[in-house]
Amino acid sequence: MSQRNRLAKGGRIDRGRPLQFSFNGVSYEGFVGDTLASALLANGVDVVNRSFKYSRPRGIVAAGAEEPNAILQLGATEAGQVPNVRATQQALYRGLVSSSTNGWPNVERDLMGVVGEMGGKFMPPGFYYKTFMAPAAMWPKYEKYIRKAAGLGRAPRENDPDIYDHINRHCDVLVIGAGPAGLAAALVAGRSGARVIVCDEQEEMGGSLLDSRESIDGRPAAHWVGKVLDELAAMPEVLLLPRTTANGYHDHNFVTLHERRTEHLADTAPPAQGRRQVRARMHRVRAGRVVLATGTHERPLVYAGNDVPGNMVAGAISTYIHRYAVVPGQRLVLSTANDHAYRAALDWHDAGREVVAIVDARDNPGGDLAAEARNRGIRIVTGSAVIEARGKKRVSAALVAAIDVEGFAVRGTADALACDTIASSGGYSPVVHLAAHSGVRPEWRDDILGFVPGKVAGLLPAGGVNGRAALAQALADGTEAAASALAELGAQAASITLPEIRSVREDKAVALFQVPHPKPAMRAPKQFVDQQNDVTAGGIELATREGFESIEHVKRYTGMGFGTDQGKLANINGMAIAARCLGQTIPETGTTVFRPNYTPITFGAIAGRHCRELFDPRRYTAMHSWHVANGAKLEEVGQWMRPWYYPRGNESMSEAVQRECRAVREGVGILDASTLGKIEIQGKDAREFLNRIYTNAWTKLGVGKCRYGLMCKDDGMVMDDGVTACLGDNHFHMTTTTGGAAAVLDWLELWHQTEWPELEVYFNSVTDHWAAMAINGPHARKLLAELTDIDLANDQFGFMDWRSGTVAGVPARVFRISFTGELSYEINVQANHALHVWKALFEKGEKYGLTPYGTETMHVLRAEKGFIIVGQDTDGSVTPEDLGMQWCVGYKKPYSWIGRRALSRPDTQREDRKQLVGLKPLEPALVLEEGAQIVLEKELRIPMPMFGHVTSSYYSPTLGHGFALALLKGGGQRMGQTVYLPMADGQVHAATVVEPVFYDPEGSRQNV
Amino acid sequence: MSDAAVFDVNPAASVASESPLAACRPRVATLANAEGAGVVVRERAFLGHLILRGNAADEAFVAGVEQALGLPLPTKACGLSLAAEGTSSIQWLSPDEWLIIVPGGAEFATELRLRECLGGHFAVVNVSGGQTVLELSGTGVREVLMKSTPYDVHPASFPVGRGVGTVFAKSAALVRRVGEERWELVIRRSFADYLYRWLLDAAEEFGVHIAD
Amino acid sequence: MLLIYCPYCEEYREEEEFRPKGEAHIARPQNPEETPDEVWGDYLFFRKNPRGVHHEQWLHAAGCRKYFNVTRHTVSYEILETYKAGQHPASDRAPGVGTGGAK
Ligand SMILES: [Zn+2]
Repeated sequence: MSQRNRLAKGGRIDRGRPLQFSFNGVSYEGFVGDTLASALLANGVDVVNRSFKYSRPRGIVAAGAEEPNAILQLGATEAGQVPNVRATQQALYRGLVSSSTNGWPNVERDLMGVVGEMGGKFMPPGFYYKTFMAPAAMWPKYEKYIRKAAGLGRAPRENDPDIYDHINRHCDVLVIGAGPAGLAAALVAGRSGARVIVCDEQEEMGGSLLDSRESIDGRPAAHWVGKVLDELAAMPEVLLLPRTTANGYHDHNFVTLHERRTEHLADTAPPAQGRRQVRARMHRVRAGRVVLATGTHERPLVYAGNDVPGNMVAGAISTYIHRYAVVPGQRLVLSTANDHAYRAALDWHDAGREVVAIVDARDNPGGDLAAEARNRGIRIVTGSAVIEARGKKRVSAALVAAIDVEGFAVRGTADALACDTIASSGGYSPVVHLAAHSGVRPEWRDDILGFVPGKVAGLLPAGGVNGRAALAQALADGTEAAASALAELGAQAASITLPEIRSVREDKAVALFQVPHPKPAMRAPKQFVDQQNDVTAGGIELATREGFESIEHVKRYTGMGFGTDQGKLANINGMAIAARCLGQTIPETGTTVFRPNYTPITFGAIAGRHCRELFDPRRYTAMHSWHVANGAKLEEVGQWMRPWYYPRGNESMSEAVQRECRAVREGVGILDASTLGKIEIQGKDAREFLNRIYTNAWTKLGVGKCRYGLMCKDDGMVMDDGVTACLGDNHFHMTTTTGGAAAVLDWLELWHQTEWPELEVYFNSVTDHWAAMAINGPHARKLLAELTDIDLANDQFGFMDWRSGTVAGVPARVFRISFTGELSYEINVQANHALHVWKALFEKGEKYGLTPYGTETMHVLRAEKGFIIVGQDTDGSVTPEDLGMQWCVGYKKPYSWIGRRALSRPDTQREDRKQLVGLKPLEPALVLEEGAQIVLEKELRIPMPMFGHVTSSYYSPTLGHGFALALLKGGGQRMGQTVYLPMADGQVHAATVVEPVFYDPEGSRQNV
Repeated sequence: MSDAAVFDVNPAASVASESPLAACRPRVATLANAEGAGVVVRERAFLGHLILRGNAADEAFVAGVEQALGLPLPTKACGLSLAAEGTSSIQWLSPDEWLIIVPGGAEFATELRLRECLGGHFAVVNVSGGQTVLELSGTGVREVLMKSTPYDVHPASFPVGRGVGTVFAKSAALVRRVGEERWELVIRRSFADYLYRWLLDAAEEFGVHIAD
Repeated sequence: MLLIYCPYCEEYREEEEFRPKGEAHIARPQNPEETPDEVWGDYLFFRKNPRGVHHEQWLHAAGCRKYFNVTRHTVSYEILETYKAGQHPASDRAPGVGTGGAK
């Protein structure tokens, strides 16, 4: 029978637009306007899942974000799979395919249910810890099985075809929640001309007004909603975001909103106007003020068997009837501790179904709704509660008994009332989650029996969340919150006339959380507190008996409040039960910490546009297209994409690198050096500044000269190095390492701005302005001479000089510096002209065998010369002296330069510090592993002292053997010693300690 | 004149030049015409870019800049002086730092003129090869910017004649509002490929046209 | 995500534009070579790390490239004030009033 629970009239669904969908392989029909949950209930689907631990059949309990059970898997295709979808928040669309996330092999015939039947005895809280954690080695075996049985959906195995993005928004007032308080606040703020964002997690804005029995200005409340939304939509500075959950409240009113833009339309986003559209979007909102109008969640009562399908929270019944024209059963028993929940019985009655009884924990309920129930002749059982639900896959009866709320005891015997639905209401918990994200703890209020948000600067709670849930109160509170928000921002609030509400008188509620049972909680049928995690009242009681007193510990031990619903229905009941067991009050017990996200969010929305080729910036030099066209393999150096090596034909990396190395040593090679950081330094104190920031002296460096410099932090440890050229007496061109460019500029600014503002000097990055190409090798001069007007004679343009002129018709600064030990010229040209120059060099270079080389060859060549790479051969704990670079330390400079003082600390003076050495493996062909630890004994024992590690290691075609640089304790004193390098595979390599310069120690080759 | 080296980096005879975007081939469906496009992107390549440093509290400095450029030096935070014909501009970058943009090839003469007109402690740095300008126009531009930068681009917070340095995607950019519906991004050469791809990807949903 | 007033750009900017640079007002001893090891060690390595009001140095990395100081409460993250390098905080006052935080 199709849609047997659907009413013929009413609701906000469109009966003219039916939609086919499937659940667990069975086809059903619903309507446009349904949620997946309302459509399942309309079709009489009782069991939607199996429970996490006990595998009990579970049905739909709620109608919103708080739903613990109807957590389903969506997707018709593999790529479109979405796990953990709350059926209560998923709009129905044509062809929707859904299935249970729990239950193996299926929800109706569940294998784990056998375990669950016996579960009480076998699965107490801490079950997994107690049972499966020891021996630890067995856990992977257990885990596989447990996960299969207890999983909550699965991720797709194919790439997500959809796109997602982020958007940054700014507003004066962000209104979270578009119920009565939120809409009133938005109206005030909007009419005042403020920039307003209103977000609401539901398909439709209106909140409780959409399922209200009350009228506004004499018409159904939903009519007022439509009118207000029309007015707000017409305001240019108001943005309405339905289907948008405020998921995180962060510092200084920064709020993340998760907007589901197409999830109500299809598995994957359909194109719009022929173009891809974004499936989900994260709004990153910076709000002047936030009006928190998130309302309340109704608390179910905790009674035995309260998880059997057919048990629901009372308000959900009203929601399903009013919004979806669905009555989820035939015969209702309502168990309540307050007046407000009577709506469910009245709505049920209005729908023409039988209300078996209203069971009220209070002795004399006397409010307007109770009076109406009485007038209709509905049976009201006072001073009582449903103490147990009977039934397996659907409620068959409610056991009702008189109870002593104060004494937590059942009085007398229980009556069994035949029914298929039990609605319960223990009260209304303000949805404080977002406010609590700030770290400010919620505060208990006895008058409303709930926690309200603690005071958070810039955040104004309004309506139900503020303990003012009644319609007239909520509207007034929203108005006041908006006016306060605007006043705090220094803006004038427009006045609005509050609509007319006929007030409904409600009697005081009674505090009831767990319902007493004739048997003690530990032996009574299970009374569920957290249905998603199968946490029972007995479990919480046991946890407190086992010594867990902090609510945070109780949470972790029992699992209460974990899972995708974060215990929205469970937490307050659980705390109340823990408080009772510990003999303390609820405020003394306190709440657990709430953290973002409020409801689960897809990874796509978190990643936004930062994925695939836009995952991270990739930086390119001006010659990049040439590198790609010439087959370069690329290496990521920070964000830069640099040529690593240029294989020819079928060359391996090692063959290519050896060829490139030989070309530089024997002919001429060229490196794209554009990525080096470059900083222009101008001002009359530039030279003095260099004296203070570098370890060596700069006073005498003349115009036209270059010098290598080392930079230390003030702890004396090397932080960067590079060559700086004197362009003019007050004008320098500094180069830094590729990775250090930004940090060095910040470093210069730090010292200038905070310690030495009196120095007249300016720093600016010119890294991207200049493209740099370094030609290296014996033929470098001959090659360059063909293209330049600069006199290259050694006596005119010597090593560590720079000259300007033209290269290939382009103005260039040419630096005679060398990172390979060969004759070398580094040509710098304005980057827009660089490719022209680079290509011109190759035109002339063919006869010299000009060979492009990449970073790998650069590393081999510089290591042969013992030139360090900061960050590879150093690690922030290495001084210039450790590197044997005393020649680069200006001990006599008058100003105590950065790092100077630290070099005389006892620790930096130790003789057994790790020092840079060379290592020559005894096996010539061997290339030691970088990072390999150095020991002094060949025979291994555990533990054994480690003396250092390999920092750089390569095979040198020039030397014909492997070689390495290493940091070795007391290395300077160990020349000629043999050291050992034990490897993970059990081999132990041996190497001789040598000086770190392997090639041309006199430096004659670069100086010709 | 200061004791700084000056150097005209532009070749005397014309040689092949590549903007930072010369090799960029974004994988985004673009529209052939500006008509119907929510976003029109145009690179303003090969302009002259100079960084000026100096003391804004020094009246002689302020006057010297105006004398050299014929444009007032913006001394208020995030100020942007635009020449009427849109050929040159000065943008405040920090209390002692400005970006001057002049027609391509004019940067060296501009630098010399500044050095002539200014005295005391100042600096001029040519960065023309290091950055490029993207001009954005169309009804979708504001939203594309919102997807890219946390800075508030609402007209109330970002009037015409304002320029800010801020985060853009995972990089940075100077964002300038040069007209009611016209914006400029000044981006660094090495990040240009990434930012251009980002921008076109973010603009795709509005219909994007790349203008010459 | 903090909202930080840059005293140089004279407006609030998002935290993403800034880099935290540790404790503020760490002055380098005037005569390093005469400074005893222990004092030098304190300067290099020891920081307050308080639970409460703290003075921090921040860099407006994506904006004006200027270093400045932030007085921030390390528990509530409330920013009490921001001020330029070389300036002193208005006071070490307790949190509750300030120029920082929400707009
Ligand atoms: Zn700033």
